[in-house]
Amino acid sequence: MSSKPLADKRYAAITGRTIVYSVLIIVAIYYLVPLLLMVLTSFRSMNEIRLGQLIEWPKSFSTEAWSEAWSQAQIGARDEKGLRPYFINSILMVIPAVSISTILGALNGYILSFWRFRGSDAFFAILLFGCFLPFQAILLPMSQTLGWLGISGTLGGLIFVHVTYGIPFTTLFFRNYYVNIPGELIKAAKLDGAGFFTIFWRIILPVSIPIIVVSVIWQFTQIWNDFLFGVVFSDPDSQPVTVGLNNLVNSSTGEKRYNVDMAGAIIAALPTIVVYVVAGKYFVRGLTAGSVKG
Amino acid sequence: MSQPIKMKPRLVDKIEYWLPKVVMSPTVFLTMVFIYGFIIWTTVLSFTKSRILPVYDFVGFQQYVKLFLNDRWMLALKNLAIFGILFIVICLFVGLLLAILLDQKIRAEGFIRTVYLYPMALSFIVTGTVWKWLLNPTVGIERFVQSLGFESFSFDWLVNPDMAIYTIVIAGVWQSSGFVMALFLAGLRGVDNSIIKAAQIDGASMVTIYSRIIIPSLRPVFFSAIIMLAHIAIKSFDLIVALTGGGPGNSTDVPAIFMYQFSFTRSQMGVGAASAVVMLMGIIAILVPFLYSELRATKNV
Amino acid sequence: MKFSKSILGLAIAGAMSVSAVQAGEVEVLHWWTSGSEARSIAVLKQMVEAEGHTWKDFAVAGGAGENAYTVLRSRAVSGNPPASAQIKGLEIQEWGDLGFLANLDDVAAANHWDDVLPPVVAKVMKNDGHYVAAPVNVHRVNWLWANPEVFKKAGAKVPTSLDELWVAADKIKAAGYTAIAHGGQPWQDATTFESIVLAVGGSDFFDKVFVKLDQKALGSDTMKESFDQFRKVKQYIDAGSPGRDWNVATAMVIKGEAGMQFMGDWAKGEFTAANKAPGKDFICAAFPGTDGEFTFNIDSLAMFKQKNADNAEAQKVMAKLILSPKFQETFNLNKGSIPVRIDQDMSPFDSCAEASMKTFIATSKAGKGLEPSMAHGMSTTSTVQGAMYDVITEFFNSDMSSEDAVKKLTRSVKAAM
Repeated sequence: MSSKPLADKRYAAITGRTIVYSVLIIVAIYYLVPLLLMVLTSFRSMNEIRLGQLIEWPKSFSTEAWSEAWSQAQIGARDEKGLRPYFINSILMVIPAVSISTILGALNGYILSFWRFRGSDAFFAILLFGCFLPFQAILLPMSQTLGWLGISGTLGGLIFVHVTYGIPFTTLFFRNYYVNIPGELIKAAKLDGAGFFTIFWRIILPVSIPIIVVSVIWQFTQIWNDFLFGVVFSDPDSQPVTVGLNNLVNSSTGEKRYNVDMAGAIIAALPTIVVYVVAGKYFVRGLTAGSVKG
Repeated sequence: MSQPIKMKPRLVDKIEYWLPKVVMSPTVFLTMVFIYGFIIWTTVLSFTKSRILPVYDFVGFQQYVKLFLNDRWMLALKNLAIFGILFIVICLFVGLLLAILLDQKIRAEGFIRTVYLYPMALSFIVTGTVWKWLLNPTVGIERFVQSLGFESFSFDWLVNPDMAIYTIVIAGVWQSSGFVMALFLAGLRGVDNSIIKAAQIDGASMVTIYSRIIIPSLRPVFFSAIIMLAHIAIKSFDLIVALTGGGPGNSTDVPAIFMYQFSFTRSQMGVGAASAVVMLMGIIAILVPFLYSELRATKNV
Repeated sequence: MKFSKSILGLAIAGAMSVSAVQAGEVEVLHWWTSGSEARSIAVLKQMVEAEGHTWKDFAVAGGAGENAYTVLRSRAVSGNPPASAQIKGLEIQEWGDLGFLANLDDVAAANHWDDVLPPVVAKVMKNDGHYVAAPVNVHRVNWLWANPEVFKKAGAKVPTSLDELWVAADKIKAAGYTAIAHGGQPWQDATTFESIVLAVGGSDFFDKVFVKLDQKALGSDTMKESFDQFRKVKQYIDAGSPGRDWNVATAMVIKGEAGMQFMGDWAKGEFTAANKAPGKDFICAAFPGTDGEFTFNIDSLAMFKQKNADNAEAQKVMAKLILSPKFQETFNLNKGSIPVRIDQDMSPFDSCAEASMKTFIATSKAGKGLEPSMAHGMSTTSTVQGAMYDVITEFFNSDMSSEDAVKKLTRSVKAAM
């Protein structure tokens, strides 16, 4: 190996890197094409689409579809137009739902890692199974329960549902993260007389930032993009943005306005895209520091 | 440090003993009622003749008989198997490959990583439309490549009943592999560099180092990734509804669509419930041994 | 000072309670969310509000109401159904049988529904002899939409029988166009199929197969012949058809890429949106071989029992308004369909709608040729409809033989009954 001329080695390194970059860029293009197509279509006029091709470089440029999707489109017979009211509902829903499920997940993970009790491991396994429950199967009993609780059709009800079915995931994240924290640390703190919440607050929480980021990103994406719960458990005043988007783009026997659809889709996805762009770095760091350490 | 304090810890101990359980109890309660209680409810429903709303007239296994006499259901199960396996395997492969490539001190890593991750952020309600265009032979990729001069190029999987399920894998991988990439990238960053250095000194090639040392050490990542991917595969609904609506014909039907349609639009709630129960049992049969072995393995580490 | 203030307070409270007695709220669950449909339903909202009531708009789109149906069940289970929901056909009967629907007989009597509605329509709106739903429109399903330009270039004439259809299709295909623009989704497959059954077997046969679910008719040679004819459609569609939305198929006809499309009269909206004039830029004709026959698809709003008396009152006002000539005109002009009232003034409507109305009234009076559409849930329960969809769409997308299709259809319909 060492007998190889240096130039050869460098040549190999350069070709190697060229290949690496080419693969990465080609894959990146593959990932970007659908988004690009959405953006391009959103700036075309409907006449151009109807008389031209679905996939085509825009001949004209117009931002009309965007304002249409955001605040002008008549969705059903609502007073408020466009996606804006739905968007606000989603924000009101996603913030508490993500916070509560993350806090509960953190506490659960903490208990399952450091305060084990009889049956706690078994309970963890039982809880994990909840991740796989097909949600179509629980729509009706959930409606009935929400009716009994008096929160059917409200934002509170939606938040409750998202928290309930988010806990298995957040618990999984935090438990897998905490398992890697040396137990001696906690034992020492216990011997010093520190209590349950003191340890959590002083020792565990400060080192939990990375996994909190992971949990928040996951929950945010899941809840923001959820359609099934959003459509079934909401009423006209609490419908989230996915339902608004669905109402905007779907018509059984009416015309389809692809430019507005695409603009609407991008608007509806903006918060999650922003979260990924801003928190993406911390996301990988969080995962690095956390659940996946061997 | 002896007598006076001895009384105190008792009370504290008691609180300490109960506190974790008290804090945990809401979760236990929610799990038991909203996961397991509802599973039991669905099971009960599957033995009734419920149509548009739940009724409690029991008919034994009749709904299960109906279910298994339905060709669509068998096809849906087969499709889930094909889709699930391919989706998980390809996502793992693509995710791992991209993570390894990205881990080579790449410039603009942050940008590329975001590009790979963003599809997770989009809902299939609309990306489905775009994919439909791309995969459609008369407007999409096939037409584009042909217009470049490759007249004989053909890519009509979406409209071919035998191949349509594979196009769903393509779109599914597009959506989820970025997330898997992030998991693996994190895993790679967590690998102890000194082991790799040592191996390099011993003269091991990069391929050997990856296949013998690094990838095996990512076992917990595989576990997390498989759980997430299996969860996505089993519940895949939006993706297929948006892309093919279960067609052409019923060729891309999956249990989640079947369950939804029969329960809510076809007024056969009993059959829908039976399909949910069968699905849950299938999940248990596959997952429990997997979870058991994995959890045991990680505990031993 | 104090005294006058309290009097003022009393007066305000009085005024408020008076208005509270009168003003109710109607919550309407529907899936007319976009474009012309949304504009159409907004008209009803304005009329309800003009009467002093409030309208709570509960729009849930998706599928042919699939999501809305799910929401409706969820709301019914939680003990809080909306005042009104867009359900149709036999679904109305099912909800009625469960005791969820309100009796509208007094509204119907006061507004002479029995006189202005054709018996066929009235029957769908009644459960157990009582009105429980109000119809908003009638769609004709068995239409053929053609691009005259393409037909001219291909030297073909607009077909009036199935034989002529295949001749015309051959010519258009030979001229290098897609002969038939088709969207390969189960409901579109079924829409085409039922028109073929009507053309092959006539309306009595259609009635036996899709309404009475007669096992002998389902297994008959006529049914096999229908499947054979249906298979022929496949030769004339393009490779991109599976999964295509109906309006994309319509666009192919508008742009002159394809010769014709089989679709209900909602397709007209796409032509008018593209500034095309009926008779000149596009042709509407009965599906070949079904001239003088009419398969209908009626949209309706069923009324659910309300706990609150004011809301029940508002609900009745809405039911009355739905049948008013003014609403019928505005709504149907927007939506491409025709009004349900036989005494409606048709002068504002275009030639396609007029032709549709003429056939509708003629078939209704003759008591023959007016058939409920299976593909649009008018003729059977959703269970049977679903079973039929599965067989039809599987047949069209595989090489299943017509014999097998007939056997399978008979078997699955029986299982679903």
